[in-house]
Amino acid sequence: MSSVIESHHDDHHHGPAKGLMRWLLTTNHKDIGTLYLWFSFAMFLIGGAMAMVIRAELFQPGMQIVQPEFYNQMLTLHGLIMVFGAVMPAFVGLANWLIPMMVGAPDMALPRLNNLSFWLLPFAFGILLSSLFMEGGAPNFGWTFYAPLSTTYAPPSVTFFIFSVHIMGASSIMGSINVIVTIMNMRAPGMDLMKMPLFVWSWLITAYLLIAVMPVLAGAVTMMLMDIHFGTSFFNAAGGGDPVLFQHIFWFFGHPEVYIMILPAFGIISHIIETFARKQLFGYESMVWAMLSIAILSFVVWAHHMFTVGMPLAAELFFMWATMLIAVPTGVKVFNWVATMFKGSISFETPMLFAIAFVVLFTIGGFSGLMLSIVPADFQYHDTYFVVAHFHYVLVPGSIFSIMAAVYYWIPKWTGNMYDERMGRLHFWLSFVGVNVTFFPQHWIGLAGMPRRYPDYALQFADWNMVSTAGAFLFGASQILFLFIVLKTVLGGKKATPQVWEGARGLEWSVESPAPYHTFSTPPKVN
Amino acid sequence: MEDRMEYQKYYVPESSKFPIFAAISLFILIIGASSTINSLDNPESNASLILYTGLACFLATLFFWFRQVVKENNAGLESTQLSQSFVYGMAWFIFSEVMFFAAFFGALFYVRTFAVPWLGGEGEKGLANILWQDFEASWPLINTPDGGKAFVIAAKSMSFPGWENISHWLPIYNTIVLLSSSVTVHFAHLGLKKGNKKTFNAWLAITVLLALIFVGLQALEYYEAYAHFGLTLNSGIYGSTFFMLTGFHGFHVMLGGLMLAVMLIRSVFYGHFNEHKHFGFEAASWYWHFVDVVWVMLFLFVYIL
Amino acid sequence: MFKKINNLSKSAFTALLMLSLYPSKVLSDWDALNMREGVTQVSRDVFELHMLIFYICVAIGAVVFSVMFYSLFRYTKKRNPNPSTFHESTKLEVAWTIIPFLVLIAMAVPASKTLTEIYDDEEGEINIQVVGYQWKWEYKYLEDDINFFSNLSTDQDEIYNLVPKGENYLLEVDEPLIIPVDTRVRFLITANDVIHSWWVPDFAIKQDAIPGFINTAWTRAEETGIYRGNCTELCGKNHGFMPVVVKVVEKDEYNEWVLAKKEEAIKLAELTEKEWSLGELTERGEGVYQKNCVACHQMNGEGLPPIFPALAGSDIVMFDKDRNVEILMEGVQGAAMQSFANQLSEVDMAAVITYTRQAWGNAENGDGVYVVPSDIVEYKKPKI
Ligand code: HEA
Ligand code: HEA
Ligand code: HEC
Ligand code: CUA
Ligand SMILES: [Cu+2]
Repeated sequence: MSSVIESHHDDHHHGPAKGLMRWLLTTNHKDIGTLYLWFSFAMFLIGGAMAMVIRAELFQPGMQIVQPEFYNQMLTLHGLIMVFGAVMPAFVGLANWLIPMMVGAPDMALPRLNNLSFWLLPFAFGILLSSLFMEGGAPNFGWTFYAPLSTTYAPPSVTFFIFSVHIMGASSIMGSINVIVTIMNMRAPGMDLMKMPLFVWSWLITAYLLIAVMPVLAGAVTMMLMDIHFGTSFFNAAGGGDPVLFQHIFWFFGHPEVYIMILPAFGIISHIIETFARKQLFGYESMVWAMLSIAILSFVVWAHHMFTVGMPLAAELFFMWATMLIAVPTGVKVFNWVATMFKGSISFETPMLFAIAFVVLFTIGGFSGLMLSIVPADFQYHDTYFVVAHFHYVLVPGSIFSIMAAVYYWIPKWTGNMYDERMGRLHFWLSFVGVNVTFFPQHWIGLAGMPRRYPDYALQFADWNMVSTAGAFLFGASQILFLFIVLKTVLGGKKATPQVWEGARGLEWSVESPAPYHTFSTPPKVN
Repeated sequence: MEDRMEYQKYYVPESSKFPIFAAISLFILIIGASSTINSLDNPESNASLILYTGLACFLATLFFWFRQVVKENNAGLESTQLSQSFVYGMAWFIFSEVMFFAAFFGALFYVRTFAVPWLGGEGEKGLANILWQDFEASWPLINTPDGGKAFVIAAKSMSFPGWENISHWLPIYNTIVLLSSSVTVHFAHLGLKKGNKKTFNAWLAITVLLALIFVGLQALEYYEAYAHFGLTLNSGIYGSTFFMLTGFHGFHVMLGGLMLAVMLIRSVFYGHFNEHKHFGFEAASWYWHFVDVVWVMLFLFVYIL
Repeated sequence: MFKKINNLSKSAFTALLMLSLYPSKVLSDWDALNMREGVTQVSRDVFELHMLIFYICVAIGAVVFSVMFYSLFRYTKKRNPNPSTFHESTKLEVAWTIIPFLVLIAMAVPASKTLTEIYDDEEGEINIQVVGYQWKWEYKYLEDDINFFSNLSTDQDEIYNLVPKGENYLLEVDEPLIIPVDTRVRFLITANDVIHSWWVPDFAIKQDAIPGFINTAWTRAEETGIYRGNCTELCGKNHGFMPVVVKVVEKDEYNEWVLAKKEEAIKLAELTEKEWSLGELTERGEGVYQKNCVACHQMNGEGLPPIFPALAGSDIVMFDKDRNVEILMEGVQGAAMQSFANQLSEVDMAAVITYTRQAWGNAENGDGVYVVPSDIVEYKKPKI
């Protein structure tokens, strides 16, 4: 065995192995980052294709292409796949690629665990997707799987769903442990906490959120499993339990979860804006404090998803006020971004276009979030398309745009090639138009009273649903262009300099492009 | 800060078969588990074979994986920094376990303070009692709102039976056993720090023994509950919370006990660990203390209050 | 080429902006795009709150975005090649922490006030228990001992695009909830199986119906009329097909309706006494089946296995009359099959069972035994 260890020691300075085995066995943070990114992109396409089924069915009133029970399956899988399969793994992929480079570490702290975290995912989602072919169909109870619809009344495939959530959770927990350990233990000398790039900070906070809430989700699905198959009554009043208990546990996970999907985006956008404004980020420290406050507050606002379950008045008031407070630190971030652009020297490459759109559209999504937090008004908004509009505004031009911005921004560093700027801009404009045409009208149909999770609707919502569907197909089709641009860049293109962007700051820009397989075998010096 | 200078030595394994094997065996494991559970009422099904295959593969992978890590350590590849990574990793893993238990404790507190009183007609949502007219709230709740229609009414709860009966009350022995095991594992640690392997092995062996006794007592308690009190997973929310909390705790005791046993074997048969290098043992002992703290919480909130 | 497409999409975007600013001219009118004011004090308070927070958000957005777009136009690389170097200002940071905080207080105060009003929920002059079922609503008038079910009345053919859709497509029911105007009505909302949510936008009431628990809501409608709403909690397959319809009538009319409803009950009892022929029962049963059973067991009796079993060829339906009656009367614990004992009169119950035992070849392949109303009456008698 010791000979094996010896050889490990040697290939430390070699490049990657060849073939499939490289990807199956790799412990290299860049390889694993790449795997995560491609996996998440595949999931985005699958989840997006499901969204297309949803939108196509909603193109007109009446049932046209699917049955209500299949619609519910699409809806559930779309939500689950986008959240757990597309956005989260994409951020983990970025973390893998960037954090070791940004803090000057040789790799992630626990490389083999890192590989395991990734490889659990394809299996977990394989199981989830295979439930479509099981007797009784795939999970059909929404991505929030409220009991008892998801327990007593669920299709048999719910058991597979429960275990695949366990596996996804295990993957996220291991991934976050890795991130935390890397950041706490592997920084280059001189890289103090308050000198860390914001993306690293955002991920440190995200990782803590993940470790704190993924086990709670695991607890929730375990209780479901017991209720379904082993006679417990956690969510059944007949035995002294309470269906609302499920919602409390779910949202104790679920609300921090939505910030898990936006904090890394805050980090990315901060880097991009300072680069293309050619001006140091305004208010670095307050950015860090704002993210910390958002994370801490996120633990005490969960019940804003449950304003209509009939909580006592005191609880409603508390959760309303706590939720509203989140606007303050989030506002600080928006103002800091604007202040960074102010008196900068701005150019509009594709990453910057996405970043600007992020700031505007995320803020709009934040505003509708704030409106939702006002309890009496939420009695009218809740479970209508107004909520759907809200969360797609923070998730699609929020999280997804930030991921795309990140890909355009760092892909020269990853591949050594520049992407095609004109095509990138085209992709941006198509996406920008598409996303707004899709989701802006949903505010209106929501206010006018169209409930969400409906496969069919009353006639007065017909016009804007049609517009929304048209937008959705435009947006979807433009993502094929994105795939094309990325592939083209991977295969070739104008060679990138180490610095890549005139205004870029940070350790990752100090190494050549593409970054060497092992970036920092000896720690770099940080001023 | 100083040990940051040791980067050159940070050991990055080049590539490894263990993770992918672990992932595949977990895949088999959960397919097996789901199919088995879905065909519980079908005696013909042999889905459990898949489950056991997955489990066996997974355990084997873990075994070889850990053995490899131990080897690497002994081959001198570790650095203070790498050990530090393991320390952080273990600490945050334990934190995630804490949060897992928090979900179940949260459920317990919620039903005790809200759901059950409401169903019984007390508190702000007490109107619910219209639907369960004969139901009165109490804790420990041995009846159920539906009067035992869908759920079984137990004869007796496992709570504190009063001072006069305390000598027949198993949990008190369980508490004594588990608390002393935390002390013994600490003595083992002290012994090791002084470089006294004999003391270490002896105290560690006692700890493992205590873990076994605990598990045995717990099994006895469950037997009593099922056979004599009619208290089962099916006895409404009291049974649900009782068995889930103590059950998961018991499972973690087994896990922790197993870890300690492995450490004992490594120490006795392979001569591992000395006063400077004993992270493996330390991690297991932290886990053990954590399990102990959970028990104290259980004892308070499940058994006594 | 790219430039062209780029410009094209840019102008498409501008056109869209214009579109969204003048939607009234283009597609429908503004009212259809905003929240309804409704017909109660509470609903108007909620509407005003909604507009208030909306305008505050628009105002903040206007300020933030105009500074941002100003920077984007004024400080481009071309116009400002040398960026400033300032990057912090405690004063600014404090200002933009405190000002939003104050704005939030300005929103929280009226919000909390309205909420407290809504929560002030004593007994009503009329108390109605609302029960959600998969997929219909039951209304029980607690004082008057009236109770009935409210089912979607839109034709399946409309849903499947075989005939043109009516004006109130998916927002119509066979029997609406009826309440008097200017009267405090309190709803006790619960559910029988999964969680549903009872929403009437014009009253600004949306309360989840939780099985085993009771939520309350109240209203005092100020205008007569028909108000339509929906179930707003995902409750399974036909979540989209269980609307809420409330008819607010003058007080006199309401009292008359209560009387009529009670008389109807007496008439129904008489029907039960009548001798029914197999043909009559089967015919009536088909109607009952269409209204109550097709959602799960489908028109052709094939169901949607494995969740919803087929009735065509079912052993119970073909051979086991007693079990068949029992299932209909008691429901099946832990499954969507609910008790229909309170939903169907004795006649309808007998009719639907008879229908299922006759249709789809069940009579030919099975024992052909059918059920008459007196069987149900018999079943309902307390057993000693
Ligand atoms: C990335 C994900 C993300 C993010 C960042 C947010 C951010 C916020 N969300 Fe959202 N939310 C979701 C994802 C997200 N949400 C999802 C997925 C759901 C639906 C789940 C489901 O049911 O399926 C949901 C649902 C949801 C609800 C429940 C609605 C309902 O079901 O009835 C509520 C209610 O309070 C809410 C509130 C908020 C608030 C207050 C914020 C705040 O964080 C927003 C803060 C930002 C701003 C306010 C803008 C910038 C600030 C300024 C410019 C400063 C000045 C502003 C003021 C003082 C007004 N969200
Ligand atoms: C990060 C999360 C995320 C993302 C990115 C998206 C992306 C999209 N979502 Fe979704 N969505 C959710 C999270 C997300 N969603 C959640 C959590 C829910 C709630 C679920 C629930 O209620 O339980 C939801 C629900 C939801 C609904 C509400 C359904 C209902 O309530 O009845 C709708 C309806 O319009 C919708 C639409 C879309 C569309 C059009 C996109 C588009 O942006 C997708 C675009 C992407 C593609 C299209 C893929 C790329 C292209 C191809 C694969 C090629 C094929 C394309 C064509 C043929 C055009 N989503
Ligand atoms: C909300 C859905 C739903 C509705 C509406 C419904 N059923 Fe059912 N029905 C079910 C389900 C689910 C079962 C299976 C129960 C079980 O698990 O055994 C069932 C079972 C049955 C059975 C037993 C069949 C067998 O072979 O086991 C009969 C008979 C039956 N239903 C008749 C009816 C009739 C008649 C109506 C209308 C008056 C009706 N059902 C309405 C869901 C429904
Ligand atoms: Cu009932 Cu949705
Ligand atoms: Cu939230």
